[in-house]
Amino acid sequence: MESNPMMKTSITKILENNRICENIFEMVAASDIKPLPGQFYMIKGLNGDYLLPRPISVHDYQDGKIRLLYRVSGHGTNQISRMKADDEVQILGPLGNGFDVESLNGKIAIIGGGIGIAPLLYLVKNIETQKPDVYLGYKDDTFCADRFRPYCKELTVVTEDGSTGQKGYVTDFVNISDYDIVITCGPDIMMEKILRECGEKNIEVYASLEKRMACGVGACLGCIVNTKDGNKRVCKDGPVFSGRDLTV
Amino acid sequence: MANLKVEFLGKVFKNPIVAASGTFGFGEEYNEIYDVGLLGGISSKGLTLNSKQGNEGIRLWETPMGLMNSIGLQNPGLESFISREINIMKQYKTNLIANLGGNTLDDYLNGVLLLNDSDVDIIELNISCPNIKAGGMAFGIKADIAYATVKAVRGICGKPLMVKLSPNAESISEMAAACEEAGAEALSLINTINAMAIDIYAKKPVFNNYYAGLSGPAVKPIALRMVHQAAKAVMIPICGMGGISSARDAIEFIMAGASIVQVGTANFVKTDICLDIIRDMEEFLHSQGIRDINEIIGII
Repeated sequence: MESNPMMKTSITKILENNRICENIFEMVAASDIKPLPGQFYMIKGLNGDYLLPRPISVHDYQDGKIRLLYRVSGHGTNQISRMKADDEVQILGPLGNGFDVESLNGKIAIIGGGIGIAPLLYLVKNIETQKPDVYLGYKDDTFCADRFRPYCKELTVVTEDGSTGQKGYVTDFVNISDYDIVITCGPDIMMEKILRECGEKNIEVYASLEKRMACGVGACLGCIVNTKDGNKRVCKDGPVFSGRDLTV
Repeated sequence: MANLKVEFLGKVFKNPIVAASGTFGFGEEYNEIYDVGLLGGISSKGLTLNSKQGNEGIRLWETPMGLMNSIGLQNPGLESFISREINIMKQYKTNLIANLGGNTLDDYLNGVLLLNDSDVDIIELNISCPNIKAGGMAFGIKADIAYATVKAVRGICGKPLMVKLSPNAESISEMAAACEEAGAEALSLINTINAMAIDIYAKKPVFNNYYAGLSGPAVKPIALRMVHQAAKAVMIPICGMGGISSARDAIEFIMAGASIVQVGTANFVKTDICLDIIRDMEEFLHSQGIRDINEIIGII
């Protein structure tokens, strides 16, 4: 039973922490460990008055730097967003299973919604077989959409208010039957629709899930998702699950 | 070097720091991060006779310096524990505490019978679960119900028996004394405090069960008071817990009367915090010219 020196809590100075738009921020920190697409980190500023680290997925990794894209949705992420370059942050990771990129063969659709686009950029950059089609759905501000362009065959941007790209819901602009594999991350209602449709059409589908977490390592059983094989931990058994295993 | 070694229920604890039940699984996940054999002990995830899926809906909710949970005792059941998880825990060269819950007295008795033949070092009897026969009142609320339960369990228990008290007990001193009289050889406290949160936008309670257990730094002063009261009420040793997040907190509990302590929610805040606590306790003793941790147990 060897301890894994690859995964530990470390304290590091953040390099950048920038506002991208309204309530979307991006933190950049140095990391010697190359994460897998779909993995995440538990992040906690040393000066914040909140208790638990927050799980934030890897948006990108390059030249020893991880980029973490996150939405301010409560007290903890608000405190994290107020941190500045050189502030110290406690970081644990990379955590979770991530996407099995090498197994992705065929025609691929990547469908993201809202802050759910965060883990998909690093995924898209790492798919080597062929460039996927990417569909990104937003409420209004189409943050970080342009970052996907160089890595996809076709990029479809959808906003609910029609201010940029197509108007409506992103799921209305994907023809699922055109693809061998579908990968999704976003609001539950969006992922459920995709999972259901892929199930009906027998198309391979993977979803990256988000849940409230405490430990991040699989011990507290706070982030459980029901699967056909019983309860699974989003932090340890996921966050990426095959649609075959999920009960929609 | 100050001595951190403590004897508790006839077992040697290399230091007084034990990972708390429900926050550490069976040690497996944390052992991927650090050698959990460095701890004084590990208290297992709460076990029940049969496996449990746990609660639906939101299971975690952060509060100012606290954490509410409603996991619902999700666990693989005792049969699995004895054939699988216990073998993993045994490799860690630390004291192995089996935390046992139940809904009826028979659940406890059948559970203890299974654990008697296992390799666990100590049984921690969690009497905070609802007692269906007593109208859903927790075994841990009324001293007379706790007394009867502990007495029956003690009669068949082949392992050192530690009873985990609920802070929701009517009187912690009476509860402690009743459990001692019934044959408990040690007490651990406190379990989580019954609490509530409401989602004002959904106009619903956050948790499906309405109430959930509060832990973390927010409960520490209450836990410390209760440990002190229990320690004054009994002669048997005490395992203190409730929001311990630093060596200072741990030393406070020890001074209040705990021989060993459990660290729970703090493991979530910093995965290897138990190692920091052990190191800082040693430094504190050294800086204060205290040669042996045993010198300060219950000095308040």
